[in-house]
Amino acid sequence: MPAGLTYEPIATTTVAGSSTASVSFTGISGSYTDIVFVCDIDGSTDDSTRIRFNSDSATNYSQTNLRGDGSTAESTRSSSIAQISLGVADSTNQTNVIGSINNYSNSTTYKTVLLRANNPAEVVAARVGLWRSTSAITGIEFFIASPGNWVAGSTFTLYGIKAA
Amino acid sequence: MATTYEAIATVTVGSGGAAEIEFTSIPATFTDLSLLISARSERAQSSDNIDIFFNASTADRTDRALRGSGTVAVSYTTSNGHIGYIPAASDTANTFGSTLVYIPNYAGSANKSFSADVVMENNSAANGGAFMVLDAGLWSQTTAITSIKLITTSGAGSDFVQHSTATLYGIKNS
Repeated sequence: MPAGLTYEPIATTTVAGSSTASVSFTGISGSYTDIVFVCDIDGSTDDSTRIRFNSDSATNYSQTNLRGDGSTAESTRSSSIAQISLGVADSTNQTNVIGSINNYSNSTTYKTVLLRANNPAEVVAARVGLWRSTSAITGIEFFIASPGNWVAGSTFTLYGIKAA
Repeated sequence: MATTYEAIATVTVGSGGAAEIEFTSIPATFTDLSLLISARSERAQSSDNIDIFFNASTADRTDRALRGSGTVAVSYTTSNGHIGYIPAASDTANTFGSTLVYIPNYAGSANKSFSADVVMENNSAANGGAFMVLDAGLWSQTTAITSIKLITTSGAGSDFVQHSTATLYGIKNS
């Protein structure tokens, strides 16, 4: 049985003001097995919310998407990109993203992100992203494509899950 | 440290079935809600709709969904609270569908967007025999969610059958 909690909050950031375009979590402990992140966001404009790890902005990411916009179902993918796209922060409605990064702290495997993105006004999606690095994830940055910002009250939360 | 992921309540449908499954007096002490459902309908056809509503209101509900049936993938929108499908009387016996609903910041002052994954599998290629639905839901109200109601759309003769269950969990971010 794991000592302490199995499912534990690591950190939460609530956006204040109207000019926040990036939220970073650094110094993430390697003591968990998996990470779950929950984003509840509202954007000043309709711009893409993205994620990257350990300040790596090189084209070391790729992703595959399964999405529906309310009339068309499609699957798309992108290779050798500079970040993983989570979905659009909508300027009209609240949107949410729930994702998991399993086995995030090992130094052997590339890191896979599995997420559900929900923008009731535009698109529902399941996405899988890959960060081609064997480094343990110690930093996660959520950011929004220029020139967007998140509206005050948008939240980003990390949870750690312990297998033992 | 306070428990992060905590069971709030469970509903298990008894003999005779139930027209609805409801959670009331949901405390505002958590950050997010997670609702796990295992359900089947008595509707005398294959599959039935499952709908979710908040605070006893059927208004202000919109959904954008992606659905696969094993042969076709489609995307659609609804405004009737519908989030997906559960097995019904014509489907494989003893088979219940699974649903996961996640509601971030349910007690906050913004409109309530949520995620729902609704699946049913019947080992059948018959029309309506299997569905996977990814749903992006919205309740366009800024008031805190204090109650959640689940119903099947088909009304009379479409109760949730015995052994259907739903458990509501609260998640705290600190």
